[in-house]
Amino acid sequence: MAWYVGRRVLQMIPVFFGATLLVYALVFLLPGDPIAALGGNRPLAPGVAAQLRHQYHLDESFFQQYLTYLKGILTLDFGTSYSGRPVTEVMAQAFPVTIRLALLALLFEGVFGIGAGLIAGLRRGGVFDATLLVASLVVIAVPIFVIGFVVQIVFGVKLGWINPTVGPEASWGQLVVPALVLGSISFAYVLRLTRDSVTENLSADWVRTATAKGLSRRRVVSTHVLRNSLIPVVTFLGADLGALMAGAIVTEGIFNIPGVGHALYQAIIRGEGPTVVSIVTVLVVIYILTSLFVDLLYAVLDPRIRYV
Amino acid sequence: MSEIISSTRQEFVDPNSPLLEIIDLDVAFKSAQGRDVPAVRKANLVVYPGQTVAIVGESGSGKSTTAHAIIDLLPGTGRVTGGQILFEGRDLTKLPAKEFVGIRGDAIGLVPQDPMSNLNPVWKIGYQVAEALKANGRAKGAEAKRQAAQLLTEAGLGDAERRLKQYPHEFSGGMRQRTLIAIGLAARPKLLIADEPTSALDVTVQRQILDHLETLTTELGTAVLLITHDLGLAAERAEHLVVMYRGQVVESGPAREILRDPQHPYTRRLVASAPSLASRRADTAAARAEVVERAEQVADAAAQEGGTLAAEAASGPAAAAVTDDVLTIENLTKVYKIRGAGPRAAEFKAVDDVSFTVRRGTTTAVVGESGSGKSTLAQMVLRLQTPTAGRVLFDGVDVNGFDRKAQFAFRRRVQPIFQNPYGSLDPTYSIYRTIEEPLRLHRVGDKRSREATVREMLDRVSLPSSVMRRYPNELSGGQRQRVAIARALALRPEVVVCDEAVSALDVLVQAQILALLSELQAELGLTYLFITHDLAVVRQIADRVCVMQSGTLVEHADTETVFEHPQQEYTQALLNAIPGAGLVLSGDR
Repeated sequence: MAWYVGRRVLQMIPVFFGATLLVYALVFLLPGDPIAALGGNRPLAPGVAAQLRHQYHLDESFFQQYLTYLKGILTLDFGTSYSGRPVTEVMAQAFPVTIRLALLALLFEGVFGIGAGLIAGLRRGGVFDATLLVASLVVIAVPIFVIGFVVQIVFGVKLGWINPTVGPEASWGQLVVPALVLGSISFAYVLRLTRDSVTENLSADWVRTATAKGLSRRRVVSTHVLRNSLIPVVTFLGADLGALMAGAIVTEGIFNIPGVGHALYQAIIRGEGPTVVSIVTVLVVIYILTSLFVDLLYAVLDPRIRYV
Repeated sequence: MSEIISSTRQEFVDPNSPLLEIIDLDVAFKSAQGRDVPAVRKANLVVYPGQTVAIVGESGSGKSTTAHAIIDLLPGTGRVTGGQILFEGRDLTKLPAKEFVGIRGDAIGLVPQDPMSNLNPVWKIGYQVAEALKANGRAKGAEAKRQAAQLLTEAGLGDAERRLKQYPHEFSGGMRQRTLIAIGLAARPKLLIADEPTSALDVTVQRQILDHLETLTTELGTAVLLITHDLGLAAERAEHLVVMYRGQVVESGPAREILRDPQHPYTRRLVASAPSLASRRADTAAARAEVVERAEQVADAAAQEGGTLAAEAASGPAAAAVTDDVLTIENLTKVYKIRGAGPRAAEFKAVDDVSFTVRRGTTTAVVGESGSGKSTLAQMVLRLQTPTAGRVLFDGVDVNGFDRKAQFAFRRRVQPIFQNPYGSLDPTYSIYRTIEEPLRLHRVGDKRSREATVREMLDRVSLPSSVMRRYPNELSGGQRQRVAIARALALRPEVVVCDEAVSALDVLVQAQILALLSELQAELGLTYLFITHDLAVVRQIADRVCVMQSGTLVEHADTETVFEHPQQEYTQALLNAIPGAGLVLSGDR
């Protein structure tokens, strides 16, 4: 087990270098001069521009820039954006908001997706099952920005039940509706996955054996159907947490949430290499860590899995 | 153990009034069109307290359906459409679902068929055994744990305390079946339904477990309804037999009487072809000798002709002259690396220094329990696995020295038939395409002649040519295995490696396939390497027997010698484990 975790952590090293190098190169190749852009309509004095270029190492070669940047990251110094704000500060503001949003979305998917999926699976072919299947298909088919705008206009503007946009503080309460939108598609997938898994497990031999032991239906479902059905669902949810954080860009844009997506978008527009690379790197690390966590959780749920 | 036994309910039981009485039972399944398809028709049977009754029949005969109807566990759309199931005078077919929870486990226990799939993989053994005690109000908390340990000990599992903390996947098949027996008997039911309780297990384990089950149920006074496809086993274990065929009870009566004097034609066929019984008949050996004589003639003639071909294919000086031994296995060893808890891999010897030869036109059986390395051996002979050490010589040439071209020629001359006829045929290929594929691959003939070959092969395996347009899922297990044989023979190979080729089949089908294999051997001069765990089958088809135990060859001799004078204790154990070995038959020597 320790050996397995160790190996997985070691695997993170090449992924880390690969991801940073790739993103760094992409930003480097981006057309336009970020320093010239700082001046807006009026060109900067050549001396000032040269000094800024030197300050941000922009006068060096690509690899030199990359190495300087890496040296900074390893000492947890993510550098400063071209507007003079430390990148750490940008991330410290954005990440908590997005993490809150993603966790709320995950909670919604997990609780309601599994709950509804279980009921649909137990009453396969019934009205509840049929309705949910059609509804989930609709949700999966409609792009998230459509769902987002519809929710915003109907509940925010027409009915006035919620604030159409989220303020800069982005509290838990304000994030509930955006989280529902963000998690809606995954919710539909979780529902279908749970339903199919429950249906399959219901006809498993051990379920018949459990019934033959004299267990009541309720106990059979809770101990011998539900737990086994959760195994694929948990894998999906874990992989989804990373996707939710990265995929929050659209939702954050619609509801004007000052999260990671927002910050990333701004940085890309301004060509701020260090900021983009830093945010992406942190996202990559979060993604790797959650997938490791899911793999370990998998072993807890399914004792047949042994990591060696 | 005595403590648990004494806790059996001491109610008054009248041994003369039936415990279970099934009267004119009808069970039907709903078809996709919504029509009722009958699975059991007007079945009758009676079980008295403490008695063991066996239902015998092939798959699809309705024996398991009858058993599941008793405890209301019919799968899918199945339901009782008529008749009565009286348990202690109460009609179970009229019992509401809620009340049935009280009957299951408590009054009627179940030992299911497949030990591999009947324990929930995510719960510890202890939890699953204790659950059976708790559900029926037998014990709670720590007491349930203590009793669970006792139940496991009682079912013959040593070191019960530790076993309780393990998961099903850490158990062997036999251990799991013992656990399922412990669960079935946990609440001390009056009736135990044992549905093919050992058919998925090795013969030696099978015998131990059945012995144990018998002792246990006799001590507890539990009546047993044993469901089995093996007539020998049923006759050995039960006082009373019920023979089912196509959903109907065709014969029932005392076990010995049925064996001695079967009335119904189906029962007669069943008695005639039960491998455990047939293997002891004198005429088996005589018939076998004739087959081998013919096969050797054909094979030798073919070898003289094909010898030059073989020499061409296996170019080089190693292409020796044709010998009598088509296969020579020399010091064959296979070592697997197993990833352990550390960075270094452990080693596991699956096959350890095995040597023997196979004569052209004969059958050599390789027998052993699961895990003895016999399948690994077969795969190395087929060159599907590379040996760690040692050689496999085909016509005197090392198969692992073949280049691509020689290997292709080798594949044509050596063909496999695998165990699972459900898994070894591609479900998206029609039967025609399945049999034609090897011909096309080896560029044999043109389209028309290939079709003729397919027709001929189907004819040889006694399948109508109308199956050509059908798909594997539309055929029965026996039919599929015939297709697999036809596919293997299409290229006119010299050696056929049968890896448990008849193990998954019903007795009657098995007998047919074995007869077919013998016939084809005589006609085409085939050489068989026959891998099996079932010694009863060996006697009907093999000339020489190799007995394997944990990777090594422990005994190698003529079939007669192995059966009459086994040298090794292990071989004796295997022989004694053939169900029905001790039964006396009419018409026997």
